[in-house]
Amino acid sequence: MGIKSEETKNETNHALAKISRRKLLLGGAATAAVALVKSSFGEIQTAIPESLYIPADPTKVQGPPPFDLGTRSPFERPLKKTSDTSSRTPLQDLYGTITPADLHYERHHGGVPTIDPEKYELLIHGMVEKPMIFTLADLKRFPAFSRICFLECSGNFRTGKEEMMPQEIAGLTSQSEWTGVMLSTLFREVGIKSKASWFLAEGSDAAVMTRSIPLQKGLQDGMIVYAQNGEAIRPQQGYPARLFLPGWEGNTSVKWIRRIEVSDQPYMTREETSKYTEGIKGGKIRQFSFDMDARSIITYPAYPVILQQGWVEIRGIAWTGRGKIVKVEVSTDAGKTWNSAKLQGPVMDKAHTYFRYLWNWRGDETEILSRAIDETGYIQPTMKQLMEARGRDMGGYHLNPITAWRIKRDGTVLFRPEGKA
Amino acid sequence: MLCLKVRWWQVNTKKLKLKRYLTLCLFLALAGCNRSENLQGPTPIESESNPVNTLDTRDWPESFQIGREAQEDEIARQDIDVRPDGEGLPEGSGTVALGKQIYLAKCATCHGRTGVEGPEAKLVARLSRPDYEGRKKPKAIGNYWPYATTLFDYINRAMPFNAPGSLRPDEVYSLTAYLLYENRIVERDEIVTNRNLAKIKMPAKGLFVNDDRRGGREVK
Repeated sequence: MGIKSEETKNETNHALAKISRRKLLLGGAATAAVALVKSSFGEIQTAIPESLYIPADPTKVQGPPPFDLGTRSPFERPLKKTSDTSSRTPLQDLYGTITPADLHYERHHGGVPTIDPEKYELLIHGMVEKPMIFTLADLKRFPAFSRICFLECSGNFRTGKEEMMPQEIAGLTSQSEWTGVMLSTLFREVGIKSKASWFLAEGSDAAVMTRSIPLQKGLQDGMIVYAQNGEAIRPQQGYPARLFLPGWEGNTSVKWIRRIEVSDQPYMTREETSKYTEGIKGGKIRQFSFDMDARSIITYPAYPVILQQGWVEIRGIAWTGRGKIVKVEVSTDAGKTWNSAKLQGPVMDKAHTYFRYLWNWRGDETEILSRAIDETGYIQPTMKQLMEARGRDMGGYHLNPITAWRIKRDGTVLFRPEGKA
Repeated sequence: MLCLKVRWWQVNTKKLKLKRYLTLCLFLALAGCNRSENLQGPTPIESESNPVNTLDTRDWPESFQIGREAQEDEIARQDIDVRPDGEGLPEGSGTVALGKQIYLAKCATCHGRTGVEGPEAKLVARLSRPDYEGRKKPKAIGNYWPYATTLFDYINRAMPFNAPGSLRPDEVYSLTAYLLYENRIVERDEIVTNRNLAKIKMPAKGLFVNDDRRGGREVK
């Protein structure tokens, strides 16, 4: 009897749930209204379904039961900004340092391939004792390794107008916990010949994208990763497996990796010669610029926020491909004086580091800036410093200048564009 | 040789292992000195100050016996890369004339009738052209590509965009010949083959220098 009534109760709950889900999905699709919604950063306009049932008092009505897949609150709509070949992480909408997998930036050279995990194979050959093929199941049987790291495209800089969000300026960086097998583990199985010094990594996308990587990097901390933030890596990030090289320009972490050929020289592929190289002084072109130099960006307050007078916690992220961030300095007087921001621990190697700086804005027009300092002593440069160092033919890769936000008297926050558009 | 790693969670939880930990730290420091010779096995990752990023391999067998040996034909099917010394080029040859025909049929829609009109990447430019004042300097084959072999490799693996990997070797050699000709690198009657492609000198070769950024105070 007791059991039966429990079942009846469950059925009733499911029926209710179905109705509320139908209301939410069908009603939402039919009509949408624009509403002003209070968020932690003030009022924002957002489209919410007109028929979404928002009880006057949520403590007086049962909410929907659990569902087999979680969803964002309908009030939250963080979105990537896309182009034909890339999409940018909405840095201004995120908190902390982990990028939700569906908001991870993308940069593809032949679209996102669909790969059957049952048919996936990784071939390692060339200057090895025993060329081998590993299935996805094989890769997962090896001792696993997890690590939280940023991944950043070396073309991660845009400028040109004041109305630009952090996402538009520097949205080609994201952070995940990556899980997979260390390359050193696989290299141990195939036996690397003593004269080997490079390897070619090849993807199975329509570009069959290739990069040459110094063997030492692979042995030091290279990984073949199959998981991202606790779940299988997303197709947009290389499903079912990709190369991951901590701290190096994103392009070298070849997605959908199918083949590694060990060699004693680089292959000089298109991506490491005509692309991902940058003009520097004297008409020279810099190649194999692997490491991502230290950088930071204030993600709040930033365009399009309208700032209110009073206490503001300036927040942002800092990162370096050369180890750990040791310090982030913030200026609230257009770069005249600098103060240390608080770093959110644990500060990890080659990882986005959250920083905060408390500031009392009294309504004066000013500029706020941040600069990252890493454990090598490198200080994030200004655009002027970069142009002086690299000359007038400076290329568009590896630009990590200090980002300045102008605060107007009315609280408008605008990007201060400088340098090459 | 010195492939010992620190099991950091043991260090944290079992104080008795501290002595062993310190000894291992010393080994790691020594191992770090001659990492380049240590190619046969896994190498310590990062330093002992960052034990989170290390992998404990002390209990590992010589081989996990996971995966299978790759057969010659399996390797040959995928091994399409071409090196700057010409290694990997398939037998074949191509002419400028044939290359032009293929180009107009399969490439011109994206790269323009003569390789400069776009809308996609400009392919033709001369290094000697003194300046592109007021206009963006193109990164084309004649003024930016350091190796002729890269042309074959890239066209072969990734082009044309709407049918990647569909060209036969002779077609790729022909396209390579035509694009080299348009960039004034070879003559109109040049026949490009697997034997001569790697010998073709590219105008931009001397411009490339290796990255010398090393962190620290200097902005480069």
